[in-house]
Amino acid sequence: MSDNNAHGNGADSGGLPNTIVKLTVRNHPGTMSHVTGLFSRRGFNLEGILCAPVDGGADSVMYLLVKNDERLEQIVKQLAKLYDVKSVTVQDDLDHTVFNRIEELLSEAQRMP
Amino acid sequence: MQLNGASLLIELLQRQGIEIVAGIPGGANLPLYDALGRSRLRHVLVRHEQAGGFLAQGIARSTGNAAACFATSGPGATNLLTAIADAKLDSIPIVAVTGQVPTGLIGTDAFQEVDTYGMSIPVTKHNFLVRSAAELLEVVPEAFRLALSGRPGPVLIDVPKDVQNARIDVERLPEPGTADAPPEPDGAVLAAMARMIAAAERPLLYVGGGVVASGAEEEVRALSAACGIPVVCTLMGLGIMPPEDAGFLGMLGMHGSLATAHAVDRTDLLIALGVRFDDRATGAIAGFAPRARVIHLDIDEAEIGKIRRPDLSAGCDVKRALKRLNRLVARAERSEWRAEIQALRAGHSLALREEESHPGNLVRRLAALSPSDAVVSVDVGQHQMWAAQWWPVRRTRTFLTSGGLGSMGFSVPAGMGAALANPDRPVIVLTGDGSLLINIQELATIAENNLDVRICVLNNGHLGLVRQQQELFYGERYVASRFESRPDYAAIARGFGMRGHTLRLPYDEAELGAALEGRGPVLLDIEVPETQNVYPMVPPGKSNVEAITDAPVAGTAGAAGRSRA
Repeated sequence: MSDNNAHGNGADSGGLPNTIVKLTVRNHPGTMSHVTGLFSRRGFNLEGILCAPVDGGADSVMYLLVKNDERLEQIVKQLAKLYDVKSVTVQDDLDHTVFNRIEELLSEAQRMP
Repeated sequence: MQLNGASLLIELLQRQGIEIVAGIPGGANLPLYDALGRSRLRHVLVRHEQAGGFLAQGIARSTGNAAACFATSGPGATNLLTAIADAKLDSIPIVAVTGQVPTGLIGTDAFQEVDTYGMSIPVTKHNFLVRSAAELLEVVPEAFRLALSGRPGPVLIDVPKDVQNARIDVERLPEPGTADAPPEPDGAVLAAMARMIAAAERPLLYVGGGVVASGAEEEVRALSAACGIPVVCTLMGLGIMPPEDAGFLGMLGMHGSLATAHAVDRTDLLIALGVRFDDRATGAIAGFAPRARVIHLDIDEAEIGKIRRPDLSAGCDVKRALKRLNRLVARAERSEWRAEIQALRAGHSLALREEESHPGNLVRRLAALSPSDAVVSVDVGQHQMWAAQWWPVRRTRTFLTSGGLGSMGFSVPAGMGAALANPDRPVIVLTGDGSLLINIQELATIAENNLDVRICVLNNGHLGLVRQQQELFYGERYVASRFESRPDYAAIARGFGMRGHTLRLPYDEAELGAALEGRGPVLLDIEVPETQNVYPMVPPGKSNVEAITDAPVAGTAGAAGRSRA
């Protein structure tokens, strides 16, 4: 996971556009560790995460903002192997405004002491 | 029926077919041990939790079945982690059950509390923190299903003490967890595979641990014989091919024979089965099979394309795939390619240029003196590579080695597990004087259980593979690779209550035979030359064909000849 885990939009310094990987996961306390641990362990970049419970709390949906490079296929395959991950899809059609909004909030937070 | 969580867990383990559990009791798993003591399970009290994990691996590696081990919370769990990580890298099915502080104390820095769940995430296939006794009904069968399904691996179950003590009413026990049916190979891929094999002039099989896990050695041998396809194997694949087979070139990689390096260099179709293109096997990946199209079959979809992008692939069970493929392929002689392979085999035979004191000769002699049905458990270092090069491994699951993690200290406890799981077969442990000391406390467990384990210590007074790298790549600056003290290992063995012998160079054949003969436990401290290196050796970052050999070999393109100092 990159140090700054909530920045970046359509295209960032790497030149390659980011994309969004959507996960449906079992909602329990260890799931986030399994997902973020996978990214740091395998040296994948993770630019942002959004997570919210669905289905009355049994499952959660996670949106991961990742670089759309040659490692994406490997990221998707490794995510699919996680026990608590029920589905993985690459959402090329989603726009990234939701992550842009996070960036705005963060810069607002930085302006306010 | 009413029972507590601990008794339920023990009952569920027995329903999984577990007969032996290795471990050490402590504060946070005492209820489990109380229940275990009232069950039919055989407990083996090891002297370090890591050895409990390796013992379970010895059972799993030699039988293919899942095995279990216990540890308490805190240091018990941290001690276990190396053995779990080792099982992860070599895809070995074990289920580790750790005690944890009571649920109410989790997160308070309680006595012997560590975040076992968090620490075990990166080294397990999956892990569970159990929150109620009722959860055990689901978690235990699920742990075994996961450990055994697809690509096998270790699963950890962390059980807080209050969950072990909690009373629960159980109406009906769940069915044991079993392996899921493996994914079926795609018929179109198999047909394409048969066509690619038919069209290839110099096909080569590259086989590894996945073939062993799948039980596909007969199918690999049949494919090789029918289509005239030579075979190279990984360290984890030793035993898939009989050592004498004319088409078998041996182990490839950092210390593999140059014949394998040249065959991989020449092949136009690399058929990779149950392998993961590990860096120790491939050398510099850019120089690996540079002329070849690649077919890759592996049950773990994520291995396909991870290191080398294949031209054809399937995420499937290798045995099922080969059973069907072998009915599709056309028989072929490939006499030209076979002749080339024979020349490589003859030109790079390791036996041609080694003097009498070479440890390879000792390994051969030990193999000749050992019963043919022996299981061999080796440690990590030079002796491991000499064993891989020279021990004739005739069957899978008879050569136990820490391939991926390279954990020194593996051989003795893994050998104990093999001896417990195969009481009618002797276990030969090959270790070094560096590796032996890492789990030497287990001599107590061996003696106590009177296991037929025959330990051969190839003693060169060094961390030999470290010394070798300092000689070759660090300007002969030797740092911390020589042992100043020379313990009397035979006396130590006797102190633990087993036979002990010391053998010095040159060995007396009769003395060696007498020491190794008869049921174990026994330890042989065998002197080997202090500065003998393992060759060939591929320097870091180089291609396999650039391996350093111990003597110049005529007509070996790319092999940098090197004389022994």
